[in-house]
Amino acid sequence: MSTKNLKLITNPLNIDNPITIQVLGICSALAVTVKLEPAVVMSISVLFVMAFANVIISLLRNTIPSRIRIIVQLVIIASLVILVDQVLKAFAYDVSKQLSVFVGLIITNCIIMGRLEAFALGNKPWPSFLDGVGNSAGYGMILILVAFIRELFGSGSVWGFQVIPEGFYEFGYANNGLMILPPMALIVVGIVIWVQRARTRELIEA
Amino acid sequence: MEELLNIFIKSMFIDNMVFAYFLGMCSYLAVSKTVDTATGLGIAVIFVLGITVPVNYLIENYMLKKGALEWLLGETAKDIDLSFLGFIMFIAVIASMVQLVEMIVEKFAPTLYASLGIFLPLIAVNCAILGGALFMQEREYTSIGEASVFGLGSGLGWFLAIVGIAAIREKIRYSNVPAPLRGLGITFIATGLMGIAFMSFMGIKL
Repeated sequence: MSTKNLKLITNPLNIDNPITIQVLGICSALAVTVKLEPAVVMSISVLFVMAFANVIISLLRNTIPSRIRIIVQLVIIASLVILVDQVLKAFAYDVSKQLSVFVGLIITNCIIMGRLEAFALGNKPWPSFLDGVGNSAGYGMILILVAFIRELFGSGSVWGFQVIPEGFYEFGYANNGLMILPPMALIVVGIVIWVQRARTRELIEA
Repeated sequence: MEELLNIFIKSMFIDNMVFAYFLGMCSYLAVSKTVDTATGLGIAVIFVLGITVPVNYLIENYMLKKGALEWLLGETAKDIDLSFLGFIMFIAVIASMVQLVEMIVEKFAPTLYASLGIFLPLIAVNCAILGGALFMQEREYTSIGEASVFGLGSGLGWFLAIVGIAAIREKIRYSNVPAPLRGLGITFIATGLMGIAFMSFMGIKL
């Protein structure tokens, strides 16, 4: 794999992260991060949809008339999402219930549209595939990090297993109930952005 | 009547699109730099949500649900269940409605059209709109009146949120924010704090 292709995967993980730098796909990212399990399932679903949507659009890029490209993109994404939704309902019903409308909302997830517009329309299928994988990995990374923090402090568990020992609670430790509420997702992401920009100075906004 | 008022208040404050479900965050973050543009986008969202939710309600109940086609095809259609087509139908309705609204506004209210500018077409990929349709489906409203009131209430809630954050961001520009937090970071944290404030409505039992 050439360095150029490798960059397509590594850049979105750090200096070009879809959530903290490009600010795309925030909606679903915040809502599914109360627990680790739905966050991981969501990341895998997005990885699948994004990688294949990128490849399909890249294959069709010379035949789609540019006036109707948005509709074509939406239809392709929507078909892939229906596929994911049906598979989740069949094999992971509990998680699919927890994710509720957010599986459907992958359709309007701006990362996917954004990458199709910005990358897949102008590149060959293989780099597009790598770009899709890289960006959804960057997205998944933030999702899993936020979900880990929220589950650990909010419920004292990781992936449903209790990790904070019983003894702590006897000494007066209590789970932070605030972490489970929606607003804390925003604040945790805000802090992640803060840490990242403090480490990489050139990302600071004027 | 009382029921409708309950849904209205609930969708506007308690189940606020932005603070409780993080829907429409992408445009919420991108367009909230000044109060003027935020107001324009907010009005456009109220408009489109108010129209698409009832239209999608009709589609859901007279086309997609199990047995919904009975009014058209008679007894034979009792077992037809098209609900897996939901995502594609909803997104198609939204995209075409946005196009239609754009043309109508351009024809009959050119000044409003000029002030909304690029925001009108962008609404098609705003997750709050598709989210509205999906929540409508999930919560199983029983009449078209309830669905329209839900759409209008959610739109107004979104409007309140974006105008609020735009006003805060206009003020924050003159404050001494730590450099890595400037711009995006502080906006996330401010939204989180607004969300905590909105949580106080949760105590209202309707």
